[in-house]
Amino acid sequence: MPTQLKERAISVIVNNRPDVLARIAGTFSARGFNIESISANITRNPAVTKIIITTLTTQDTIAKVIKQLNRLVDVLEARRLRRPDSVQREMVLARVPLTGERQAALRELVDTRGGKVVNEESDSVILEFTGDKDELEETLTRLELLGMEDFSRTGVIALERGKP
Amino acid sequence: MQQTGSQILFRALKEENVDTLFGYPGGCVMDIYDELFRQDIRHILVRHEQGAIHAADGYARVSGRVGVCLVTSGPGATNTVTGIANAYMDSIPVVVLTGQVPTAMIGNDGFQEVDITGITRTCTKHNFLVRQIGDLHRTIREAFQIARSGRPGPVLVDLPKDVIQSVMETDLLTTTLPPGEEPPCPDLEGLCSEALKLLLAAKQPLIIVGGGVILGKASEICRSFARKFQIPVVSTLMGLGAFPASDPLWSGMLGMHGAYSANMAVSHCDLLIAVGVRFDDRATSKVSAFAPHAKIIHIDIDPVSIDKIIRTDISIISHCTPAIETLHRLVNEQRLTLPEQPIRAWRNRIHQWKAEMPLSYCRNQNIKPQYVIEKLHQLTGGRAIVATEVGQNQMWAAQFYRFDEPNAFLTSGGLGAMGFGLPAAIGAQVACPDRLVVDVAGDGSLQMNIQEFGTIVHYGLPVKVVILNNQYLGMIRQWQELFYGRRYSQSDMTQAPDFVKLAEAYGIKGLRATKPAEVKRVLKEGLETPGPVVMDFHVEPEENVFPMVKPGTPLTEMAFGNSRARAVA
Repeated sequence: MPTQLKERAISVIVNNRPDVLARIAGTFSARGFNIESISANITRNPAVTKIIITTLTTQDTIAKVIKQLNRLVDVLEARRLRRPDSVQREMVLARVPLTGERQAALRELVDTRGGKVVNEESDSVILEFTGDKDELEETLTRLELLGMEDFSRTGVIALERGKP
Repeated sequence: MQQTGSQILFRALKEENVDTLFGYPGGCVMDIYDELFRQDIRHILVRHEQGAIHAADGYARVSGRVGVCLVTSGPGATNTVTGIANAYMDSIPVVVLTGQVPTAMIGNDGFQEVDITGITRTCTKHNFLVRQIGDLHRTIREAFQIARSGRPGPVLVDLPKDVIQSVMETDLLTTTLPPGEEPPCPDLEGLCSEALKLLLAAKQPLIIVGGGVILGKASEICRSFARKFQIPVVSTLMGLGAFPASDPLWSGMLGMHGAYSANMAVSHCDLLIAVGVRFDDRATSKVSAFAPHAKIIHIDIDPVSIDKIIRTDISIISHCTPAIETLHRLVNEQRLTLPEQPIRAWRNRIHQWKAEMPLSYCRNQNIKPQYVIEKLHQLTGGRAIVATEVGQNQMWAAQFYRFDEPNAFLTSGGLGAMGFGLPAAIGAQVACPDRLVVDVAGDGSLQMNIQEFGTIVHYGLPVKVVILNNQYLGMIRQWQELFYGRRYSQSDMTQAPDFVKLAEAYGIKGLRATKPAEVKRVLKEGLETPGPVVMDFHVEPEENVFPMVKPGTPLTEMAFGNSRARAVA
């Protein structure tokens, strides 16, 4: 349905210039579109950056957004990443206090969720989890129950599947 | 050889065949102005930076070339923002060169520093901050290319003082530009064939031309296409002049203040061929009621405009010239002809609408603004370049000065920026020194950039200013009369200068007419006097622009004023 609001992902390949991110963000805000998450990094060519943006919007609006983005001088290509055709993942780093009772629960969470300990201090650890949105939401809920102090979450990154 | 940033700048401008700059000096551009002193490029010194950008804009609209303006940092740059947004909305190619504080000081709230690239990011086609002298030449050349290619637009280049002052070896300086952004439309032939099928099946076809036809220099080719098939033509505000108003196929301007025949034609056609239009709300009014019976073929260079507001049946993303050429060629190759009888009946129907409800006004003992425009049209043979301000003056000029040629009607369409007309007329006069240039102004609008009278006198520009002086912010007052119970809140401009005395204070001849019998004489004298002239016409204070379509209502529901207000099915 063209008017249904759904989280939709776009891939934007751009020239790696200082103001490109500002332009892209400006395109969204100037037209009243909201960016739910954004992730950017250089490709193998350091002059080219790939940005993945997710936005909560309708089908008609996403088509307009993509046309607007493609019109920007520094945008090399902007296109939809449809959910069935692409894999979408995110990553979380979470700092959790290390206390006797929690250790077992933490270990279980790390084992079942495929998490990693990436830092250990005397009384806290930083754990890393990756997964899709729903998986991470659940993991974060469990971490909160385990007294999570703080966390940092990436935006969604996505990649189209190969031919089946 | 070693060259400074200033010298490299002028070198790049010369390579771009720039012969005129509109500008105003300031601290951060002192070095550029010093270099200017040694260069032979013409510079028009304005009296406000807004005048510079609007003049560069007017220059571009009339000549089809890229207009260039040069201003300093901080307030100089911010004073151009309205003009940049104006050029952006109407897709006018201008390059705006702004001074900037030295690179090391950027971001430290320096004297006369603003983040102009940030401020204009969403109202320029693109902008640049040149961080090192090695980038300067290429950036200037790129700026011009971006400004003029594809859908044209304003490009700003921010020039930090230290970059301008630094020096580099330029013997081997070359710039290879990436290809321009006009890739040909893939499958143009196929899409045009599809379009022709629709055309052959149509019994009530209509062509609508917009600003894109003029920007694309496609006026000639659109005319011959329309005439070949005898298809009636309507125009948006920005398309006036693309198709001659004196041609029998001309059916008027459509939209909020469009002609009855045009709005009726659009609302009853069964095929709409839209060339270089963007379906702005002033033209379409209620979108769901726009061209309800028509299949729509949309030809436009910007994919963003396609299916943005109006769903189209066939969209051809292309510069209008190759698209119309292809249509024409296919027609000739396949020896296609349209069904003559139904189309003649359709043309007759449009003629009847024209006859039923022509653009009209009632005369009385006061000067009617429409009459002034009619007389102006008559006395100039319809061949003047006419710049307008915004509001009632703009609409009457659009309605009653019947344009036969493109690049003659300069109006702030998309942004509707008051104060545009006078500086735009200046830019036009500089571009076309041998043409008659008229600024049709309201008493309110004129005062927004009235300081440019100084520019006119400084350069002896023979611009003719026609003031439709009703002592109101006319369009505001009209809306207040029609929709706000005649509560004239803050629209009274009775406190105004004596425009004749003010003109004379600047050294410009001033004339005034207060009765209808004086109009022709004053116009004649003003137009025939060499040099700039200001003509102050005291017009009917509460005259309204009709027809009028209330926003959000269908184009067929036009109001016609006291005696003829009616809704039409």
